[in-house]
Amino acid sequence: MIKIVKRDQPSKAIFFFTPVLAIFLTLIAGGIIFYILGFKPFEALKFFFIVPIADKYGFSELLLKATPLCLIAIGLSFCFKSNNWNIGAEGQLTFGAIVSGGVALLFYDQEGFYILPIVILAGAIGGMIYASIPAILKTYFNTNEILVSLMLVYVSKLILDYLVVGPWSNPEGFNFPETRQFSDSARLPLLFEGLRIHAGIFLALAAVVISWFVFYKTYLGFQMKVSGFSLKTAKYAGYKGKKMIILVFLISGACAGLAGVGEITGPIGQLHREVSPDYGFTAIIVAFLGRLHPVGIIFASLVVAITYLGAETAQIFMQIPKYTGQVFQGMILFFLLASDYLLFFKFKFIGSKK
Amino acid sequence: MHKFLIRSFVSSLVLLFTLTVAAVAKDVKAAFVYIGPTGDHGWTYQHDVGRKAVEAAGFKTTYVEGVPESADAERVLRQLANSGHDIIFTTSFGYMNPTNKVAKEFPNVKFEHATGYKREHPNVATYAARFYEGRTILGTIAGTMTKSNVIGYVASFPIPEVIRGINSFTLAAQKVNPNIKTKIVWAFTWYDPGKEAEAAKALIDQGADVIAQHTDSTAIVQMAEKAGVYAFGQASDMDKFAPKAVLTSVENNWGPYYVDRVKAVANGTWSQKDTWHGIGDGMVVISGLDSQMPSDLQAKVKKLQADLASGKVHSFTGPIYDQKGNLMVAEGKTADDGMLAGMMTYVKGVEGDIPK
Repeated sequence: MIKIVKRDQPSKAIFFFTPVLAIFLTLIAGGIIFYILGFKPFEALKFFFIVPIADKYGFSELLLKATPLCLIAIGLSFCFKSNNWNIGAEGQLTFGAIVSGGVALLFYDQEGFYILPIVILAGAIGGMIYASIPAILKTYFNTNEILVSLMLVYVSKLILDYLVVGPWSNPEGFNFPETRQFSDSARLPLLFEGLRIHAGIFLALAAVVISWFVFYKTYLGFQMKVSGFSLKTAKYAGYKGKKMIILVFLISGACAGLAGVGEITGPIGQLHREVSPDYGFTAIIVAFLGRLHPVGIIFASLVVAITYLGAETAQIFMQIPKYTGQVFQGMILFFLLASDYLLFFKFKFIGSKK
Repeated sequence: MHKFLIRSFVSSLVLLFTLTVAAVAKDVKAAFVYIGPTGDHGWTYQHDVGRKAVEAAGFKTTYVEGVPESADAERVLRQLANSGHDIIFTTSFGYMNPTNKVAKEFPNVKFEHATGYKREHPNVATYAARFYEGRTILGTIAGTMTKSNVIGYVASFPIPEVIRGINSFTLAAQKVNPNIKTKIVWAFTWYDPGKEAEAAKALIDQGADVIAQHTDSTAIVQMAEKAGVYAFGQASDMDKFAPKAVLTSVENNWGPYYVDRVKAVANGTWSQKDTWHGIGDGMVVISGLDSQMPSDLQAKVKKLQADLASGKVHSFTGPIYDQKGNLMVAEGKTADDGMLAGMMTYVKGVEGDIPK
């Protein structure tokens, strides 16, 4: 007989093992789905996970796709670690893109080394401003940050719509919803000729290093951890909770804003209605799949990024519907949450030796 | 023995012939990039119908659906250009800059961008349909069928394409019924069933008894069916979604153009151009007319359709006045393509302002 017993303490090994298990189960379930849909499972999985990154170009696209996911997820891990549920990174990304795009448009016909730093800074500030709204409402008015941050996503998209359709639309663009192209001085430099991977990846790597340092080497990191375990304990220990809430939201907003900057000053080069294919939401999966650990998030962002690329390749070469990519993202999260059961419970085999 | 030789000779000839035909057909591979799912029953669905026509003509095709107009479009285009496709159709406005960018890197691949205006390289062509001709027909029907004299119009984005449609529709409706007013709700989306249904409901609540749409989902005709008012299908024949409400649909018929262009690549006659086809060239098709329409109206619509096709009637024939009463097109003149392409003012009879 098997009995399910609660663990005294969540197992540390299983804590880092379950994401791997979740990915493994996703692959199996994905193979079964492909089989049911009438595709050869192994061939489909090959086109999904291997072919897209088999050459230099494909690998650079993987990094390009993973960069915003990693950056946002790092920011979100500050919030999630300390029990602040910022669901609105997509809005912070969009608002960061709006502010930095607005600055870039001011300089559209100018060249100069000073332009790019200003544009990047503007994006971070934009994201911070937007993230401060749910933070301030939470600390001073006790609102629910999940609702506020989520609702603000739609507000930010409407602001972007308004700007690109109206006041910021390209005067030579026949009223189509897009702005002018930014000047080259407002674009992030490319790392290699012919590839789209740009200097934004260094922002993501810097975020990884800084967050690791903050989480594990600073008093703030310790405070966050304690607040994450128990808000009451944090209060009892005399931590200034309000200050920390605002701080983690600002960090998270800055990261999301920078991700927005990376998109518009990297591959896109202008503002239009679709700055991000919901990176802000997908990054939530990335953050949890990476166990809110900076290194884990790097791997998680690569895994999730490949589901995007794989879906395209699988459709081009095997006519598999592209939306299976989203199914894969959903399955990863589902299996992760399901296998987290193992963290708190264990199976005990009893009764055989009576 | 002789028999055998002849037989094998003939059969090998046949085989050779089939192989050559197959080789010619196999030579050209076309790819399509879609903004939505192929099952949207609107914009993307119709492009996919066009793609199937290309397949039926003996060419291999590939498509990628749901490609966002974000940084992802460029990657998909490059991948298609890299994997042996000779002609790539990019079927949404937002692909304009990525299309031109990738076209520069692949001078031997032909690119066809729908609804855009940039042709920066000799291997980029653009194409669009004169949907406003279809809207002249819808306006004629709406102006005749309305009892409240209020016609609702769910619009997507304030761009010339949409404004032109509203104007063409209103002008035609006024011609048969000078008292009508066109009320607009801007949905600021091309495809969002929830938002579109809400917009339609708002218009019905304001007394509109005919609803036209320039968005792609079937939500509006379904809302009209529920409310017992008339509506028109967009992009594809939407009659089966709302048999009582839908009087007719304006269908986007891309197939003939796609087959033409792919064949042109196969023959080596492809060249850059800007195509703008209407009812006459069969790119805009009017679906079957509903039996609720009186027979004299049906006859009138059929004649109008023929006249638009032959060029005898133009959707924008003067005198046309804007909302303030300024003359836009003088009596006896028709609006030229330049004016149509940049049209950003409402004609008289449209209510409200264009969102700025």
